[in-house]
Amino acid sequence: MDFQSCVNIQKEWDIVGARQLGRDISRKIGFGTVDQARIATAISELARNIYLYAGTGKVCFETLEDMNKKGIRIVAMDEGPGIQDISQVMEDGFTTSGGLGAGLPGVKRLMDEFDIISHVGEGTEIKVVKWLR
Amino acid sequence: MDERLKNVVLEHSDDIVNMWLKEVDAHKKNDYTSTISEEMFENTNREFVNVIFSSIEKQGLSSDLDDFSERLINLGWPLSYLTDGMQVFRRVVTDFILKQSEKVNSDHFSEILREVDGWVDPIINRLVNEYSGSWEHIVSLQRVALQELSAPLIPVMDNITIMPLIGTIDTERAKLIMENLLDGVIKHNAEVVLIDITGVPVVDTMVAHHIIQAAEAVRLIGSRCILVGIRPEIAQTIVNLGIDLGKFPTKSSLRKGFQSALELTNRRIEDTRSNDQDIEKLIDSLDGE
Repeated sequence: MDFQSCVNIQKEWDIVGARQLGRDISRKIGFGTVDQARIATAISELARNIYLYAGTGKVCFETLEDMNKKGIRIVAMDEGPGIQDISQVMEDGFTTSGGLGAGLPGVKRLMDEFDIISHVGEGTEIKVVKWLR
Repeated sequence: MDERLKNVVLEHSDDIVNMWLKEVDAHKKNDYTSTISEEMFENTNREFVNVIFSSIEKQGLSSDLDDFSERLINLGWPLSYLTDGMQVFRRVVTDFILKQSEKVNSDHFSEILREVDGWVDPIINRLVNEYSGSWEHIVSLQRVALQELSAPLIPVMDNITIMPLIGTIDTERAKLIMENLLDGVIKHNAEVVLIDITGVPVVDTMVAHHIIQAAEAVRLIGSRCILVGIRPEIAQTIVNLGIDLGKFPTKSSLRKGFQSALELTNRRIEDTRSNDQDIEKLIDSLDGE
């Protein structure tokens, strides 16, 4: 946990900004193109959720360095309406916006670790980690 | 008082201009204008200071100022040249007036400052407005240009149309893609439409959702849609996300997609090389004679 940078999400184009920064960081860590695409897609989903449901929030990046492994942690934070039933949004095909309903369960499959904390009326924080192998 | 200060400045305009030119020249050493020729720089400085004086004299912003700033914008001079120049002018004039006055107390000092600000600030505001106006104009032109490029539809053959997509797809563009696709299919009487996503950097659920909807809409009006240009990493993320693209055919490259489009419209590519060889032989034999 040495380095941290954040992108504020306010407009739709901020999603692209977050994605590009995440892709740059993951390239520097040494991820291959497939994992870069996975990470960029996960960031895109998380940032889009902030834009769609909370309006504003931010996405932060951390480089992780353990004894023998490296990785990236992405934290998406907002102070939006929160999620009522987390197990429901983690089901494939559940959507409130008419989308595909694959966003959050998809992110979980794209990344190695997935952690979600949400309180109704206070906001949501999602932490995901991808390890380099 | 106002008139008196103004007259002092106008009477000694030559001194002020010289001081100003010296200061601005010193500025030049360490910044942006180093690539501009001496002569050009000097002429512009002279013109700039004349414009400043004429607007002080007339007690208002002159059209000279607009002409001058417009020309500098067109030549690509940075805004900081003008704002720096105005700050230097403010300092020089204040110094000059203070030296001229016999009594210096805080009331007198603040009055001078206020008066000089009254000359300088409107000019700075006008210049900044001119510059930002020109930037906004450029941005809006580029937005229009980008929109024209965002969802092109190319009829390559009878009944076969291609839509190559390059770059990020946002909701506005997705809407445009859908409209252009449906309009184009009707207009070109297309049987098969190829959507090429080789240049789309990330396919997330939103992008996939829009593509699926577009393909479904194309199916409703009686044509077929083939998604081509799916790179390996995109294929993997689509599978990871759990997106079902099984409803319409997909291909890895535009070339393969085009071949199956030909098959769908009962056509195929025929090699004419054997004919070419015959002609070459004929030409060779003619050369021999």
